[in-house]
Amino acid sequence: MVHQIVEYLRNADPLIQMSAAAIVLTLLGIIFALTYYKKWRWLWREWITTVDHKKIGIMYLICALLMLFRGGVDALLMRTQLAFPNMNFLDSQHYNEIFSTHGTIMILFVAMPLIFAMMNIVVPLQIGARDVAFPFLNAVSFWLFFFGALLFNLSFVLGGSPDAGWVSYPPLAELSHSPGPGINYYVLSLQISGIGSIATGINFIVTILKMRAPGMTLMKMPLFAWSVLASCIVIIFAFPPLTVALALLGLDRIFGTHFFTMLHGGNPMMYVNLFWIWGHPEVYIAILPVYGILSEIVSTFSKKYIFGYKSMVASLMLISVISYFVWVHHFFTMGAGPGVNSFFAVASMAVGIPTGVKVFNWLFTMFRGRIRVTLPMLWALAFIPCFVIGGATGITLASAPSDYQLHNSYFVIAHFHQTLIGGAVFGLLAGMYYWWPKMFGFKLNETLGKWAFWFFNIGFYVCFMPQYALGFMGMTRRVYTYPAETGWGSLNFISTVGAYLMGIGFLFIVVQVLYSIRYGERDTTGDPWDGRTLEWSLPSPAPHYNFAQIPTINGRDAWWEMKQQRKAGSLVSENELKPIHMPNRTPLPFLMSLAFFVSGFGLVFNQFTIATVGLIGVIVCMLWRSLEDDRGYYLSVDEIKQTEASVRGA
Amino acid sequence: MEATEKTISDQKPQEHGMEEEEKYVLGFWLFLASDLVLFASLFATYLVLRTHTDGGPTEAQLFEIPVFMLETFLLLTSSYTCGLAMHALKNGHARRLIGWIAVTVLLGLAFVGIEINEFITYSSEGATMQRSAFLSAFYALVGTHGLHVSLGIVWLISVAIQLMRKSIQPTTARKFINAGLYWHFLDVVWVMIFTVVYLMGVMG
Amino acid sequence: MGDDFYSRVSDGGDGMKTKEPLSGKYTGFPWGHVIGYMGSILLTLVALWLAVNPPFSQGGIITILLVLAVLQILIQLIFFMHITESRGPAFHTLAIVLGFLFTFAVVAGSIWIMTFNSQVQ
Repeated sequence: MVHQIVEYLRNADPLIQMSAAAIVLTLLGIIFALTYYKKWRWLWREWITTVDHKKIGIMYLICALLMLFRGGVDALLMRTQLAFPNMNFLDSQHYNEIFSTHGTIMILFVAMPLIFAMMNIVVPLQIGARDVAFPFLNAVSFWLFFFGALLFNLSFVLGGSPDAGWVSYPPLAELSHSPGPGINYYVLSLQISGIGSIATGINFIVTILKMRAPGMTLMKMPLFAWSVLASCIVIIFAFPPLTVALALLGLDRIFGTHFFTMLHGGNPMMYVNLFWIWGHPEVYIAILPVYGILSEIVSTFSKKYIFGYKSMVASLMLISVISYFVWVHHFFTMGAGPGVNSFFAVASMAVGIPTGVKVFNWLFTMFRGRIRVTLPMLWALAFIPCFVIGGATGITLASAPSDYQLHNSYFVIAHFHQTLIGGAVFGLLAGMYYWWPKMFGFKLNETLGKWAFWFFNIGFYVCFMPQYALGFMGMTRRVYTYPAETGWGSLNFISTVGAYLMGIGFLFIVVQVLYSIRYGERDTTGDPWDGRTLEWSLPSPAPHYNFAQIPTINGRDAWWEMKQQRKAGSLVSENELKPIHMPNRTPLPFLMSLAFFVSGFGLVFNQFTIATVGLIGVIVCMLWRSLEDDRGYYLSVDEIKQTEASVRGA
Repeated sequence: MEATEKTISDQKPQEHGMEEEEKYVLGFWLFLASDLVLFASLFATYLVLRTHTDGGPTEAQLFEIPVFMLETFLLLTSSYTCGLAMHALKNGHARRLIGWIAVTVLLGLAFVGIEINEFITYSSEGATMQRSAFLSAFYALVGTHGLHVSLGIVWLISVAIQLMRKSIQPTTARKFINAGLYWHFLDVVWVMIFTVVYLMGVMG
Repeated sequence: MGDDFYSRVSDGGDGMKTKEPLSGKYTGFPWGHVIGYMGSILLTLVALWLAVNPPFSQGGIITILLVLAVLQILIQLIFFMHITESRGPAFHTLAIVLGFLFTFAVVAGSIWIMTFNSQVQ
């Protein structure tokens, strides 16, 4: 194994050798800084062993932004290579690796953790709970995600990145065609983080169903919580097929079975089938919480109750079920026959109906509202037209005959970037700006944010609109270069300019965060946007037990109504404080995930001893947890009073 | 939805009463629903690949009725004894509860033993996981179930140890309820394996 | 797990009075479990008999076998897993029903989608 890695690094591209050196230097720098400032203990006690949903959410956010940086660099490298015909910036192998890691990272290690960040930070605060249903499991989920992402990112310096596309279709992904460790990295890192995702799904469904504050019936619940519920339902049913697809591909590669091989009766299309049973619902997992975020933001910054609450709920639930019946539209060209293709074409188009309902509801909410164009609202406003275009091109692709023309062309690339950037990323950035004060206690600078917004937005259209045309002109996905005679040069160059504009937009966000840490407007009220839901009733950032007293809810937009009652002077006085039961911090989630990581790393290189040691570690951690008697602890009334006094600045 | 909806009658959230434990039971049902789809994916793979024998052994040539019938009866009986353990729990009989768990574990061990033996027999006849797509899918589906049963055995033993140490209280009761649900769930999956893999297999 | 079960375990409440039985009440002979067990054995034997001595066409037999399997599953769910019992809204029943719906989608969908499979084998 060591020999293999050393050989790989010696023969690698200078770009990879430099990155490897940079990684080692950065790690040494971090270790030095932690030791110099005596922060190891702080890191261990406050972050690594924490079970607090707010801290876990912040860790998800940091990881997601780091991965966004890496995925973004991948994207810029690809766009540079494609800027002119016959470019020699990247060779074909390197290009293959980069588009594979770009896709995988953006979907699984950017979109998913950004969603988990919002869910973790907001849902318990919004429903009036003190934590999620299973705080321990929540920490396990995070660390599984973390080590999955780590394993995936290690591939590019330790042995070679996966290079069979983010979908890793066999037979290309089989041992016969991809002998290196790259695809093993892909299989095992997705497997490890996937377990964490299923656990998060279960955790938040139980949290939302069982831990709402008294009086908050389901139909009085904020729409973000509803959207998370819908998304989690999709998670728990969509991830198992991915688990199976990856496990079987891994068996083929590591144990020589014949599920998807070309020999001995294997059928590669079965992998494609299983992959998309997960793959299509996955994009709804990413977009559903964004619908919730949009609903909260549009309602808050229009100073109105959301229009058509019940239809919003119904459409969320409908999308979560229909999303499970559309997967074949990713491989219409397999030729399953007119019956199959018609059914899945119609089902795919049907998703457009509940989505349309939501768009109209947002528009009607804004209609005659008192709109404040703040940063979150700006991104929400940009989301709507962008996502509508993405939806329309989606309908084009959902129609099987036109898909036969457009399949695997740049039209598809442009379409899904429009829904995933113009949809998921715009919405998640809106959510990040909206809840940032709640997470950290200060607002992000508006001016810098507007620069970021315009660069990113204009860059987006400049980058992806030409790609629709390129698709019609016949440019296919995953080509690493093209001759000048194709006439694709000018549009590709424009697209690359757009990509760099988006890169500048991202840099503005980084500068904005760094600037605001020092100079950002502090949020002393806990309610900087004049919000409507319960999270704004708490100080920013919220104390670790969230609510000193669990509020009683009487209607939708509970905090808004409390504020109205307080103005009218009719708010009932608060009850006496009681001791609060809190879960203990624990190193087990970290250790258990580390054991998973060790096991995965061993399997990547077919080192079964290492893999077994890792698995035994996992089982020991589970038994340890089952047999230990961890009852948590109580926070006394005095401690609560002290904390409340200090955070509320009384 | 509002009519059927009950709010949580809470003044003491996150207390360690049965209310707290109910969250775990609901969470576990959700896990089972998710696990069901995991098995669905394996069944789908098996059903698509079952005719892909590549000239190797077929289902009818491999499966032996006495063996899979014995496996079925062992697992059905263990599900019954696990149910009796639940009955003992409801009545607060800690000793009987532990006794029935022990019987269930023994039946489970017998099942796993016979299944391992079955796999070894097939392999020695040349029907290994690497022989054909059909056999890959067969071992993946039945083996995943067997792995679940093995984990279930470890879990039941762990619960029994805790019951011996702490007797019946909300935490241990919940742990047994979940382990019991898991055990019955494995029977649900086995019924499908029995029908789709073995019976349809011997029918040819 | 019936209503009274939860409330009785809750009586032990704070986890202090753990050594006592949950209550003096004995819920009697476990008829439900015995019936469930007998039913499952019977269904298994009928299914085996049908598979070994098929009285009519194979397609019909497979349909009957699947119906018998569904009955078996219902026995496990109702008599052993007590899926119908709950305190408050039956979210867990909803989850299992959705699980079976998606199971059907995955299995039937895959078979339907991959029917071209027989031509490439």
